[in-house]
Amino acid sequence: MTVPFILFFVFALTAIGGALLLILAREPIHSALSLILVMMSLAGLYLMLGAEFVAAVQIIVYAGAIMVLFVFVIMLLNAGVEERTDYSKMAKYAGIPLGILLLLDLAHWMAHSLIGRTPANGAGSANVMVSTRDLSVQLFQKYLFPFEATSILILIAILGALVLAKRDE
Amino acid sequence: MSVVPVSYYLVLSAVLFGLGVVAFVFKRNIITILMAIELMLNAVNLAFVAFARAWGQLDGLVFVFFVIVVAAAEAAVGLAIVIRIYQNRQSLNIERVNLLKF
Amino acid sequence: MPMLEHLWIILALPLAGAALNGLLGKNWSKTVVNSIGIGSVSLAFLSALEAIREFSLLPAGQLSFFKNYFNWMSAGSFKVDFALQMDHLTIVMLLVVTFVSLLVHIYSTGYMAHEEDYYRFFAYLNLFVFFMLTLVLAANIVLMFVGWEGVGLCSYLLIGFWFLKPSAINAGKKAFITTRIGDFGFTVGILLLFWTFSSVDFGTVFAKAANMPAESATQAGVLTWICLLLFAGAIGKSAQLPLYVWLPDAMEGPTPVSALIHAATMVTAGVYMVARMHVLFSRAPIAMFVVAAVGAITAFYAATIGLVQTDIKKVLAYSTVSQLGYMFLGCGVGAYAAGIFHLMTHAFFKGLLFLAAGSVIHAMSGEQDMRNMGGLRKQIPVTYWTMLIATLAIAGIPGFAGFFSKDEILDAAGSGPNAHITLWLLGLAGAGLTSFYMFRLIFLTFFGKPRYDEHKVHVHESPRTMTVPSMILALLSIVGGWFAAPHLLGKTDYFEAFLHPVFAAYGVPAGIEQGASLAGAAGEAGGISPSPAMELFHALTGPPVVLAIIGLLVAWWFYIRNPDAPKKLAERTHGLYKLLLDKYYVDEIYGALIIRPFLWISTNVLWHVVDERVIDGTVNGVATVAREVGGQVREIQSGNARSYATWVVIGAVGFTVLMLGVWGMVR
Repeated sequence: MTVPFILFFVFALTAIGGALLLILAREPIHSALSLILVMMSLAGLYLMLGAEFVAAVQIIVYAGAIMVLFVFVIMLLNAGVEERTDYSKMAKYAGIPLGILLLLDLAHWMAHSLIGRTPANGAGSANVMVSTRDLSVQLFQKYLFPFEATSILILIAILGALVLAKRDE
Repeated sequence: MSVVPVSYYLVLSAVLFGLGVVAFVFKRNIITILMAIELMLNAVNLAFVAFARAWGQLDGLVFVFFVIVVAAAEAAVGLAIVIRIYQNRQSLNIERVNLLKF
Repeated sequence: MPMLEHLWIILALPLAGAALNGLLGKNWSKTVVNSIGIGSVSLAFLSALEAIREFSLLPAGQLSFFKNYFNWMSAGSFKVDFALQMDHLTIVMLLVVTFVSLLVHIYSTGYMAHEEDYYRFFAYLNLFVFFMLTLVLAANIVLMFVGWEGVGLCSYLLIGFWFLKPSAINAGKKAFITTRIGDFGFTVGILLLFWTFSSVDFGTVFAKAANMPAESATQAGVLTWICLLLFAGAIGKSAQLPLYVWLPDAMEGPTPVSALIHAATMVTAGVYMVARMHVLFSRAPIAMFVVAAVGAITAFYAATIGLVQTDIKKVLAYSTVSQLGYMFLGCGVGAYAAGIFHLMTHAFFKGLLFLAAGSVIHAMSGEQDMRNMGGLRKQIPVTYWTMLIATLAIAGIPGFAGFFSKDEILDAAGSGPNAHITLWLLGLAGAGLTSFYMFRLIFLTFFGKPRYDEHKVHVHESPRTMTVPSMILALLSIVGGWFAAPHLLGKTDYFEAFLHPVFAAYGVPAGIEQGASLAGAAGEAGGISPSPAMELFHALTGPPVVLAIIGLLVAWWFYIRNPDAPKKLAERTHGLYKLLLDKYYVDEIYGALIIRPFLWISTNVLWHVVDERVIDGTVNGVATVAREVGGQVREIQSGNARSYATWVVIGAVGFTVLMLGVWGMVR
């Protein structure tokens, strides 16, 4: 039992616990908070994988902005416990087993994949600490077009959100 | 000193994704469903980062970057729609939003 | 040889006349319709004459002229050309058809003068002539069948000419359907012919058949079957037993139609067909016997029915059936020339009988029942004399046309190579009955005291357009038989000599003697060749003549001398009389045995079950299934997002399993 393993399991179990809480929580606000927990642990995992910039972005943008937006909306709409309606027989009987099946299927293949044997950190791993500089070089050279397209996408999203949420005069 | 194989991260990613699917199907609150989608996206991000590490390439990280951006845009617009729905149907139960039928 | 090269002109002329009158004649005056109708047929007649003249200029060895105009259809080895031919037999038929048609056309201008649909009548009549000429000129059996079916169609159209009359429409349908039954046999016969000879062309078939030996008299070979099937068509078209039932009903049509189609031309198509296919028939003794037997029995049978009929046209109808039987009898015993000879003379005197009957009906303003006539001979003399001449001809009184032709047939039946005593007796008895009922018709119509109200009915002679054709036919009824005059003196008659090349063309089959040559056969068999005077004496006192005279005398006794005798006899033999009067109840028997079951099957099985349940059911069923399935499938669109989500997950799972497990994309 070495430190990487222990760290990994701590973060992993936290993430899984957070996901389970998301499913099991009755109030949406509890679900939102557990999702934040998941994101935090994922950020820890990113750090373990040597992607510091992504970890930072995850916390700042994802947990810090998007989840805050969710929480705001929940508070705005005063979302509480939902009534128990059960109109979809399909979802009730087939949905969950299928989800579990998907989970197991993916996990199995991921576990047995060839690439999975590569060590992620420590000796033998591609010991490259990714610097932000390298990342931005990639971003602005190879992936310039998607970058610009994404900025337009954000613009459209802003406009869309504005138009949609506007109060009718 | 033993190391954590990449497959561990991938399995975790798969588990989180599966849990996200279960939440997506199971939960009735629209906002919770949107959060389940975010969970799925996060799981995928983890897989990307793990692969980037495994192959020693940066492209995975760039992809994660874009996924986060798109998730942000989608969450913004999605929540705006949710507000609208709430204003129209007075309910956040997804089964009440059932007008698009035969 | 322009006309001979372009034989199709003879066909095109009446077709053009039919098209012009039919499509455009509605608004034309009677004069224009007449000119086109009569003009086209007379031009066809003149063209036929010209073609015959050119034919006669052909080198002596050439017996037939053949011209293929274009290939109509070919599918693999099945080739049918639009090909016409001309030989001596064609010449006889051509002349008869065009000339008698011409006379009937002229007659119709008078008879149908008050008719509303004048143009339609002439259009149909011209169309009929076109099809009949196609039948006669055809050089292969399929083209002949085109003409065969076409004349059937025109017969239907003309019988039901007054289509607002239910009885006329029913008669037309009956004619078409009954002949259709025969035509089915004809079609199968054509198929069998093609299958056997790989060709439908007369020349090719006959050449091949000429090399085949005659089939046995006990075992039916393929030739016999072909002949029997083709003859089935003839039974329908020429109204023999058992398919004759349509001809008496066909009298619903206008009288010129009865004269042309149901006496002179269409009904003789069957006889022509048998004569044309003589090469096959001569090699199929069973078929020949069937032809002769059917002919003889029909001749006698129809004559018995004609004895007691009261409608003047019905008597003539049954008489036609009977005389057609004689023609088949002649062909069936191998005397093809005699059969065709009778066809020609019959066209003359039967056509005349119908035209004259039409005159009588016209004179009596529509009355057709002979019981309401009487004493007309002084009032419509021309009609009387022409009808009398025709009656003398049909009865077989020496000197007139019918005597020569009927005599030849009975001679062949009695003492030719294929003679059969029963057939001869039937034919003889029929001849006697024929004489009787025809003279009965004359006496009832023209003699005695008028049995109609002379104040109500104004009897008037027919216009010249009607009497002149009758007189021409009367002349032909006298001289038409004189072709055979040398036969009386024991020599071969001209007519038979004229047709001999046709019937001897493909040689005598092994094992069968051809009965075409009658000349002196009886005399030579006796050893000593008798003198011409003896032959003449024999001819004039032979059984047919004797019976004819007896028939005349009996009719005279019954209807002139003792007018009450018929009624008394009818009362005494009430059962038999009723049987004959009601035509042996054949129509009723057919109705019960055949028509009712068919109607039942059609209604209950074919309609209710097959059409409604199976066909409609399948079509509607497909639609119902589509609707039901659609109804079920559309319920996926429930509007419920969770179920949509579940479907997405199902798809994702499936695809993932496929990708990872089956296709092994992750190793």
